[in-house]
Amino acid sequence: MPDAAPHFWAVFWAKLPYFLSVLLGAAGTTIKVMLGALAVALTLGLVVALLKLARFSPLRAVANVYIEVMRGTPALTQLFIIYFGLSDLGIDIPPVPAAIIGLGMNGAAYVAEIYRAGILAIHEGQVEAALSLGMTPVDAMRFIILPQAIRMMLPPLCNYAVSLLKDTSLASVVAAPEIMFYARQLVTETLLSMDIYLIVAVIYLAMSIPMGRLVAYLERARRAWQ
Amino acid sequence: MDPLLKIVDLHKRFGETEVLCGIDLEVPRTQKVAIIGPSGSGKTTLLRCINYLEKPSSGHVYIDGALIGEKQRNGAYVHLSDRELAKERAEIGFVFQRFNLFPHLTALANVAIAPRRVLGLGQKEAEARAREMLTKVGLAHKFEAFPERLSGGQQQRVAIARVLAMQPKLMLFDEATSALDPELIGEVLRVIRQLAEEGRTMIMVTHEIQFASEVADRVIFMDGGRIVEEGPPEAVIRNPSQARTRAFLARMSER
Amino acid sequence: MIEFLDVYRQHFGEWVPELLIACIGTLELMALSFVLASAIGLVVALMRVSRSRLLRAVAIVYVEVMRGMPALVILFLIYFGLGGLGVDWLKFTSYEAAILGLGLQGGAVLGEVFRSGIEALHLGQMEAALSLGMTPATAMRWIILPQAWRIVLPPVANYAIGLLKDTAVCAIIAAPELMLRAKDIASSSFRPMHLFVLAAILYFIMSYPLSIVARRLEARLARGR
Repeated sequence: MPDAAPHFWAVFWAKLPYFLSVLLGAAGTTIKVMLGALAVALTLGLVVALLKLARFSPLRAVANVYIEVMRGTPALTQLFIIYFGLSDLGIDIPPVPAAIIGLGMNGAAYVAEIYRAGILAIHEGQVEAALSLGMTPVDAMRFIILPQAIRMMLPPLCNYAVSLLKDTSLASVVAAPEIMFYARQLVTETLLSMDIYLIVAVIYLAMSIPMGRLVAYLERARRAWQ
Repeated sequence: MDPLLKIVDLHKRFGETEVLCGIDLEVPRTQKVAIIGPSGSGKTTLLRCINYLEKPSSGHVYIDGALIGEKQRNGAYVHLSDRELAKERAEIGFVFQRFNLFPHLTALANVAIAPRRVLGLGQKEAEARAREMLTKVGLAHKFEAFPERLSGGQQQRVAIARVLAMQPKLMLFDEATSALDPELIGEVLRVIRQLAEEGRTMIMVTHEIQFASEVADRVIFMDGGRIVEEGPPEAVIRNPSQARTRAFLARMSER
Repeated sequence: MIEFLDVYRQHFGEWVPELLIACIGTLELMALSFVLASAIGLVVALMRVSRSRLLRAVAIVYVEVMRGMPALVILFLIYFGLGGLGVDWLKFTSYEAAILGLGLQGGAVLGEVFRSGIEALHLGQMEAALSLGMTPATAMRWIILPQAWRIVLPPVANYAIGLLKDTAVCAIIAAPELMLRAKDIASSSFRPMHLFVLAAILYFIMSYPLSIVARRLEARLARGR
C-alpha cells in the first residue's frame, strides 16, 4: 500500500475533532468513577485499618481476610461479581455505581495498608512525649500524630489515585460510559482502531503524567521536611 | 630515569569552587609521600585525580611517563575509552577511607576477583595469590569470612590485600585509618609500615602526623588547594618554615 | 444459600476441570509476560543509569508512557490498533498481544524496580571496582548486579502477584485464560455469580502462595539490614 501512511494521517486529522469531542465528554465519567471509588476506598480503608489495629482479635481477623481476598483476586473479577453476579441474584446495580463500589472496595484494601504504615511510622516516643506533656490521647492524635501521618501518607495515596485513574478503564466492561467504553463504540462505528486508541492513550497520559509530577513533588517535600 | 608520578599544573573546580589551584608534583620510585593538611585543603581530591576517579579541570598526570586518563591525538588531548582507563587504573592501587569491600563476597573472593576478572588469571591462580596477600596482612584465618563479620581494622587490611593482589606500581591511601576506632588503627598502620619497608612507592593522605613522620620520606602540607610546604619529615613536621604549617600542626597536637 | 451451593454440587464436575485448564493458560501467560518484562526491565534500568543522556532520556520516556496508560489501552493498541492497520506481520493473536502488552508495561515497572536496586548500592562499591581496574561493564556484572538482585526480590515478587491479576484483563481481548473461560461458561449456563465466584477462588489459590513468598522475602530483607 504505497500511500497508506499519508492516508492514515489525513483521515486522522480530519476525524480528530469528532473523536476528541466524544472521548473528552466521556472523560467526565472517568473522573466521576475515579473520585467516587477514591472516596469509597479512603473511608472503607480507614475502617479496615482501624479493625486491623484493634485489640480484639476476631476484628483483626476480619480485616485480614478482607485485605487478603481483595488483594488476592483481580479487580476485574470483583467488578464482574458486583455487576453481573449480583444482578443474577436479583440485585441490579447500574454500571457507574457498580464500578465505584467495585473499585472502591478493591482499593480499600490497599489504602488500609497505607494508613497502617503511616500511623505505625510515627515514633512511639512522640506519643509518649505528648502524653507526658499532659495531652489527652485525642489531643495527641489531633496535634501530633495525624499531621505527621498525613504528610507521610500523601505520596502513596496519590500513587494509588493515579493507578485508580487507570483502573477506571475496566469499568468499560460493565458498560460504564467512560473513555474506553466510548472508544470501543467509536471503533465499531468507524473501524479506525489505531487512530482512536492512540488518542485514548494520549488522553490518559495527559491525565496521569501531571498527577505523577504531583506525587514526585510531594515525595520531595516530604523528604525535605524529614 | 622518569619519576614514577608526575603531576603538571593540576586544577580542579567543583562548580564555582576551585579545590585544586595548580599542583605540580614529582614522585620518584620507592618514595613514600605523606600529604597532610586541614579538611577542605584538596588532599583527597588530589589523590582521586591521580587514578582519575575525579577528572581534573586542567593539567596532566603522568605515571611512568605515560599520560593518565587521557591521550594525545594530533596534538590535542582526548578522553580514554572505558577499557583504556580501566587498564591504567589496574596499575594504581587505591585504599579507601571506608574500605568499600564487596559485601556479597568472602575476604578471599574480594581479593581474588580483580586478578581474575581484570588480569585474567585462572581461578586457582587468583585464589592462590589472594591467599598469599591475605596472609601477608595477617588474615590467614579469615579467608571465608564475609566483610560484615570483620572488624574495621580487618576490613581495611582485606582492602589493602585486595590492592596488593593487583601488583600496582603506585599505592594511594586516602585517610586509610580515619574511619577506624582508635584501638584498631595500629594493626592497619603496621601493615602500611611493612609495605613501606618493602620499597613500594606510596602516597598517603593521613591525619596520623606521628606515623607520617616515621614512615614517610617526604611530607607535603596542603592548604586551600595549594602545596604550602614540603620536604623531609624533620623539616616540615619538626621545624616548619611556614606559619600556616605551624598553626595546623599546633591544632593537630592539641587533640 | 443452600440452593446457591447446590448449583455448585450439580455442576462441579463440568465446570472445575475446564476452569483448571484455563488456569494453566493464565499461568503460562503470566510466566511468559514475566520473562519479557524482566528482560525489558533490565535493559531499561541499565539505560536509566548509563552515562549517555540519550539512553537515559529514552528510558525515562518509555517508563512514563508505559506507566501512564492503563494496561487495557496498551492491549487494545497492540491487538486492535496494530492489527487494524492491514499489515500482516502486525496481526498478533490475542495470546501474543497479551504477552506483548503485559510484557511492555511490566518492563517499565520492573525497570524502575531494578534501577532503585542498583542505585541503593553505595557509590563506593562502584568506585572500588573501578579503582581495581574494572570497566563499568565488568563492575556492573560482578559487583553491582549480584548485590542488586537480592534487594529487588520483594518488589519483584509483588509485581508478579500484580501480573497474575492483570492477566484477567486480557480476557477483554479474548486471550485464552481463566476469566475468559469463566465468562463463556457463565453465559452458556446463565450462572454468572457462581462462575465468577469460582474464578475468584481460583485466582486466590494461585496468588496466595506468591504473596506468602513475597512477605517472607520482605521480612528477610528487613532482618538482613
